[in-house]
Amino acid sequence: MSIQFVIAVTHLVSRKRPTLVSLVGIALGVAFFLAVSSLMRGSERDFIKRLVDNSPHLTVYDEYRNPQPQPATLRWPDGAVELRRVKPLREVRGIRGHAQKLAFIESLPGLRAAPVLVGSVVLTFAGRSEGVTLNGIVPAKMKGVSTIEDKMTQGSLEALAAHPNGLIIGEGLARKFGLSLGGVVNAVSPAGESRALKVVGIFRTGNAGYDETQTFALLKRAQGLLDRPDRVNRFILQFDDPYVARDVASLIEARIGYKAVSWLEASEDLMSVLLVRNLIMYSVVSAILVVAAFGIYNTLSTIVMEKVHDIAILKSMGFHARDVRRIFLAEGVLLGLVGSLLGLGLGLGLMALLVQVEIKPPGATDIVHLPIYWGYDQYLLALGFAMVSAVGAAVLPARKAARVQPVTILRGMG
Amino acid sequence: MNRGPLTPNPSPTRDEGSQWSGPILAAENLGRVLPGEVPVTLVQDVTLDIERGEFVAIMGPSGSGKSSLLYLLGLLDTPTSGRVWLDGRDTSRFGEDELAATRLENLGFVFQFHFLLAEFTVLDNVLLPMRRLGARPEEKARQRAADLLQQFGLGDQGHKRPHQLSGGQRQRVAIARALANDPPVVLADEPTGNLDSRASANVRQILHDLTRELGKTVVAVTHDLTFASAADRRIGIVDGLIAPDWRA
Repeated sequence: MSIQFVIAVTHLVSRKRPTLVSLVGIALGVAFFLAVSSLMRGSERDFIKRLVDNSPHLTVYDEYRNPQPQPATLRWPDGAVELRRVKPLREVRGIRGHAQKLAFIESLPGLRAAPVLVGSVVLTFAGRSEGVTLNGIVPAKMKGVSTIEDKMTQGSLEALAAHPNGLIIGEGLARKFGLSLGGVVNAVSPAGESRALKVVGIFRTGNAGYDETQTFALLKRAQGLLDRPDRVNRFILQFDDPYVARDVASLIEARIGYKAVSWLEASEDLMSVLLVRNLIMYSVVSAILVVAAFGIYNTLSTIVMEKVHDIAILKSMGFHARDVRRIFLAEGVLLGLVGSLLGLGLGLGLMALLVQVEIKPPGATDIVHLPIYWGYDQYLLALGFAMVSAVGAAVLPARKAARVQPVTILRGMG
Repeated sequence: MNRGPLTPNPSPTRDEGSQWSGPILAAENLGRVLPGEVPVTLVQDVTLDIERGEFVAIMGPSGSGKSSLLYLLGLLDTPTSGRVWLDGRDTSRFGEDELAATRLENLGFVFQFHFLLAEFTVLDNVLLPMRRLGARPEEKARQRAADLLQQFGLGDQGHKRPHQLSGGQRQRVAIARALANDPPVVLADEPTGNLDSRASANVRQILHDLTRELGKTVVAVTHDLTFASAADRRIGIVDGLIAPDWRA
């Protein structure tokens, strides 16, 4: 152990009360930092969970992020002749080789995937017509990726599996048409196909737009109706950990070429709002640590003042200015480190208490627990802020100590 | 300026310097002026040589500049004119770090107030300069510190805190600390200024013995005539100038 460090420890240990006050300041700062951060981040995660779990975490579309380059461009990248009126090849749209691609996606860990064919149809019932989105689904796979089953108010997804001509509609649409379970509605596709479908389920998500425009049928039926046999144009994916969606999206896009959009990308605006909210929260909680840093500054300044004779004798003995500076910086680091560790313990205790708090919001029937985030990144952040504040507070006293001129002090004593 | 015996070695490194047989410490036209609206001259045009093993007392009335001269000789203060030669080396060329390193290895200080670190034991206080220099392993450093304390009759006091000792004992600890890195020169500023006559006599004897038995050079600023009478040479300082005829 270096002599500078030994002197630093001795200074702190011999001044128990101011040292303790500084430590308590940092410890409380870190503890509140953690309590507020875990609560805010917890509520953010809770909010996002509610948001993302109602829609797919990741959607693979039957389109490319950038248009495919024309063969001529590939063959002559530096060519000077421009070919005009070049159009992409006509093809039936959809994800090519969807079975293999879906198998690849399903081989990735921690996710569930379902193929969907989305298209537009016009529903006609009792003289009323309404354009809606028809989702051709595989009910067994859909259960893993969507919360639609939980939103069913009448009927079920299984009923769809049992009824080749079944249709699930939203409550809004049912009300518009005056349809109820068992009603038969006529569906006409842009391809000219027409078929009578029987309502086997009604759902309610609470989102009026969704409830009025989305309908679900069996994949096979939708393929027939839309005249796109054996085609799907979307994969929808749900993850165990929604935050990996962005990475998996780029992996999938790189591997199969089709555009893969994660919920993070799709709700970028919301994410930036949450980021701003976190920034505000962290600046407020780190202000506590800045205040605590004044405690350290105060303690160290007092030590420098009290120990000016010691500093003078150390320097006359042959200690360099940087040795003296190191002594006081080490004191800042020690106070920061010990304070942070105490604060970490205290913060974890506070978080454990908060998680037990039960709230019953007015009008709600369920008891709500405070959402607490336990991620390690906030501990590192708290530690980082505390150390920066503590060392920052030590810089000025350390510089003052390093500048002590032994002669000035010795003259004063003579 | 060529001053005969003070002409520095062609390349005055420490090793070569240790073979330097001229004065261990020399002042050449040394001056120190405190800047300010009314500049204060502390020391002016002091030229002197101090030989190895010499016991020199610097005397003079209060405020005459004796302590200021000692601080200049001890490389604690920077002269405004002239230079200090230590062991044949011109210290005016040294930077802050080199000055500190030179003080650590070549100079030991004893002040009127003992300036021991209150939170450290007596033994740890003596260990401080050795720990900073790091030339001795901890075990050997402890042994040397214990030996030094033993030598000054403090063999059983090592574990105590400075405040548990008498004034004379503390000053002896300060001398032990000054000798920790075995410097050739010990500079003392009123080392007996705060002591009773018995303790003074003890400290005087120790400093005297350092020159005789260990070959150290001792330069002490003092008011104490008895102390000065033990010195090999007395230098009078009045108004910052050497006063050859000065008598207390």
